[in-house]
Amino acid sequence: MEKNEKRCNNKLKTLETKLMALKRDGASSMVALQCAQSSIGYINSDVINLISKIFGESPESIYSVASFYPLFKLQQEGRHIINVCTGTACFVLGAENILKEMERLLGISEGETTPDGNFSLTTVHCVGCCANAPVVTIDGKVYAKVKVKEVKNILDEWRGK
Amino acid sequence: MIDLLKIKKQYAPKVDARRQNGGSRQVLVCGGSSCMADDSRTLYNTLVKIQKESGSFEVVCVGCMGLCSRGPAMIVYPEGVFYEKVTKADIDRIIKEHLVGGKVVMDKVYNRDDAGNIVPLEKMPFYSKQLKLVLKNCGRIDPINIYEYISQDGYFALEKCLKSLSPDEIIDILSKSGLRGRGGAGFPTGKKWMFTKSAVGDTKYVCCNADEGDPGAFMDRAVLEGNPYAVIEAMTIAGYAIGAKQGYIYVRAEYPLAVETLRKAIDSAHKVGLLGKNILGAGLDFDIELRLGGGVFVCGEETALLESVEGRRGEPRPRPPYPANEGLFGKPTLLNNVETYANIPNIILKGADWYSAIGTETSKGTKIFSVGGKIKNTGLVEVPMGISIKEIVQDICGGVPDGKFKAVQTGGPSGGCIPARYADMPVDYDSLTKIGAMMGSGGMIVLDDKTCMVDMAKYFIGFSVSESCGKCTPCRVGNKRLYEMLDKITKGQGEEGDVEKLKFLCTEVKQNSLCGLGQCSPNPILSTIQHFEDEYVAHIRDKKCPAGVCKCLTQYEIDKSKCVGCSLCARNCPVGAISGEIKKPFEIDQAKCIKCGECFKNCKFKAVTTGGERR
Repeated sequence: MEKNEKRCNNKLKTLETKLMALKRDGASSMVALQCAQSSIGYINSDVINLISKIFGESPESIYSVASFYPLFKLQQEGRHIINVCTGTACFVLGAENILKEMERLLGISEGETTPDGNFSLTTVHCVGCCANAPVVTIDGKVYAKVKVKEVKNILDEWRGK
Repeated sequence: MIDLLKIKKQYAPKVDARRQNGGSRQVLVCGGSSCMADDSRTLYNTLVKIQKESGSFEVVCVGCMGLCSRGPAMIVYPEGVFYEKVTKADIDRIIKEHLVGGKVVMDKVYNRDDAGNIVPLEKMPFYSKQLKLVLKNCGRIDPINIYEYISQDGYFALEKCLKSLSPDEIIDILSKSGLRGRGGAGFPTGKKWMFTKSAVGDTKYVCCNADEGDPGAFMDRAVLEGNPYAVIEAMTIAGYAIGAKQGYIYVRAEYPLAVETLRKAIDSAHKVGLLGKNILGAGLDFDIELRLGGGVFVCGEETALLESVEGRRGEPRPRPPYPANEGLFGKPTLLNNVETYANIPNIILKGADWYSAIGTETSKGTKIFSVGGKIKNTGLVEVPMGISIKEIVQDICGGVPDGKFKAVQTGGPSGGCIPARYADMPVDYDSLTKIGAMMGSGGMIVLDDKTCMVDMAKYFIGFSVSESCGKCTPCRVGNKRLYEMLDKITKGQGEEGDVEKLKFLCTEVKQNSLCGLGQCSPNPILSTIQHFEDEYVAHIRDKKCPAGVCKCLTQYEIDKSKCVGCSLCARNCPVGAISGEIKKPFEIDQAKCIKCGECFKNCKFKAVTTGGERR
C-alpha cells in the first residue's frame, strides 16, 4: 500500500513539472487536463487540486471542464477498454446487437467496469472506419465486421491478459 | 528562402509517375485509418524491410485511396495495379512474384476486366465518375513530405497571393467562385472572409473546424490524413487576407492519426519557412496551433468550438455577435471547415471562372461524401455538385449488396432521408433542402429494406439526447421527450395521434433551441415522417415493424416450406436457440431467442421471417 502511494506521488511530481511548463507556454487548463489524462490515466481530486494551484483557477471550474468532456475519465478504468462503435454505419449493420451481447457476456452495462477490474465497456460514436462496420476496438486493436457469435471469442482473447 | 519552382522540378517527375503508367517501380500503401485498422501498417513495414535489403523499388505510405471496403489496399507502379484486401500471406507473394519476379499477381488485382487485362484505375466505375480536386493528392503523395505537396503545385497559391494579389482581390476571387461552406450550412465563404476582414480589431484569428462529429462521416479525416498541407496553406492565405497572425485547428482527439499527421506537417512547414515569421520573404507572419477536442459533438458548432479552444466547457454562445465580429478571445475570427479550406488553393491558382464552371447554378465545385451502410463499395468519393444519388449509389459505389435500396441518409443527426424515388434528383444544397434532407458535412448512409425508419429516427434522437450540452431547455428536455415517444412506438405502445404530437414537438424544439444542435436535431424525425409515414403507422396501428428490426414487434420464425436445412442459421446463433437435422427444416426455440437477427441476416433462402405473432 505504501509502495502504491509512493508511486502515485512520483507520478504527481512528474505531472507537476509538465504542467508548470504548459503554464509558462500560456496553455489553458483544458490542455493541462489533457496532459494529466494521458500521463495519469484519469482525473482524480489530487490532479484537479494540482491544476487549480498551478493555473490559479478554482477546483470547481477545473472540475466543470473535466466533467464536460467524456475523454476525461473521472475514475480509474479497467485494464482493457472495449469500445463498441455505435456510429450510423455500424448502427445500421447491427452494432446494438454486438453491444447487447457484450453486456450479456460481461454482466455489466455500457459505461461500467467489470468487478474484477478487467474490462471497461464503452460506446463510441464513429471511429471512422465505416467500411469495417460493425467495429469493436479493444485497447486500440480493431475488430472488423464483428458478428454476434464472435463476441465470446474476442473477449476470451483478452481475458487472460 | 525556399524556392518552390526548384523543388517542384526536382520532385514532380517521381510523383507524376504515380498517375500515368511508367517511370520507376513505386509501391503506394494506403495509410488511411480504415486500411490501418486492417493492419496496412504491417504491409508497409514488411515492404520497407525488403526495400532496404534490395533497394529495387520505392515504398510510400499515402493517404486514403477512397475504396475503403477493398482495403488494405496498395498500388504498384509502373503497371498501375491496385491490389485489394492484401493479407500478410498475399504481401509475401506480391513481393516474390511481382516486385522481384516482375509478374503481376492477377488474382489480387482489383482493376482488371473479365478477360484478365489490367484496366487503368481511373476507368474503373468507382473512379471514372468521380472528380478529384480536393482529394487529388490524397492517396498519391506522402502526406507528411512537404516537397511532394509542393511538386503538385502546393504553396503556389500562397505565393501568388503574397506576390500579386491584395487581400480584397483574394476575397473577390472566393466570392466569384461561388464556394460555400462545406461544414453543412453552405454559407458563402467569400462573404465570411469579407465580414472578418472588415471587422474592427487589431488582433484577429483564423480557425479551422476539424471536429468532424457526425457519426458515419470521415471526409475531413481523410483530407487531414492525406493532404494536410492544403488546409495549412489555405489558412495561411486566410491569415494574409483577413489580417491574422495566429491560426488554430480544432481537431477531434478520436482521430489520433490525423492529429499526428497535422503535428508533423506543421513542424515541416516551420522548418522550410512556410509557417512562422516572414513567410516567403513577403513579410507575412503566421502560425498555427493544434487544439484537441474532448469527445463532445456540440463542439462542432462554431461558438461552442470557440469556447472549447479557449479551454472552457464547450457550450454554445447566443448569436449575434457572430464569430466574424466577436470570436476567439472576443476578437474577430474566421472559422471554416477542413474541406472548405482544402478547396481554396485550387481556386486561387485556377481562378473563379474555372471553379464556378463545375457544379450547379447555386452549388459550385465538388463535394466529398463518405458512403457507408448497406452498400457494396464503402468509401470516400468526390463528385461534382449536381450528380444524382443514383450515380453515387449505383454507378460509383456498386449498389446495395442484398436487399432493396430504400433511402440515403445525409447530414447525420441534423439531416434527413432521401427516399429511393428521388434517386434521380441532383445533389446540391438547395435540392436536398427542398425535400427535407440536407447536404450536411458529407456523411451518406445507404439504407435498405431491412432498415427500420422509426428505429433510425430513434437512433439519431438518442444521439442528440446524449450530446445535448444541457444549456437550453428546448434541446435538453425536448429531445428527451421525443426519444421517449419514439421508444414507446418501437415497443408497440404507440397510440393514434402520436405522429401529430411528434411533429408538434419537433417544430417547438427546432424553433426555440439556442444552437444548431437543437435547431436541427428533430430533422431525422420530420424527414422520416414525411417520406415513410406508413412505417410509423405500421408500428402504431398494426403493431408491426415491417423491416423486422424493432425487437418487441418482431418474432423470428423459420418458414418450413423454404428451409432446406443447411444449418447456417444454427451455426450463427449466439445462444444456440436454433436446432434441427441437416436437410430437414430447422426450428427456433422462442424461449431462448434474444432476437439478434443473425439468422434472418444470414439465411440464403429467405426462410427466416419476421412476421410471427407478437409475444
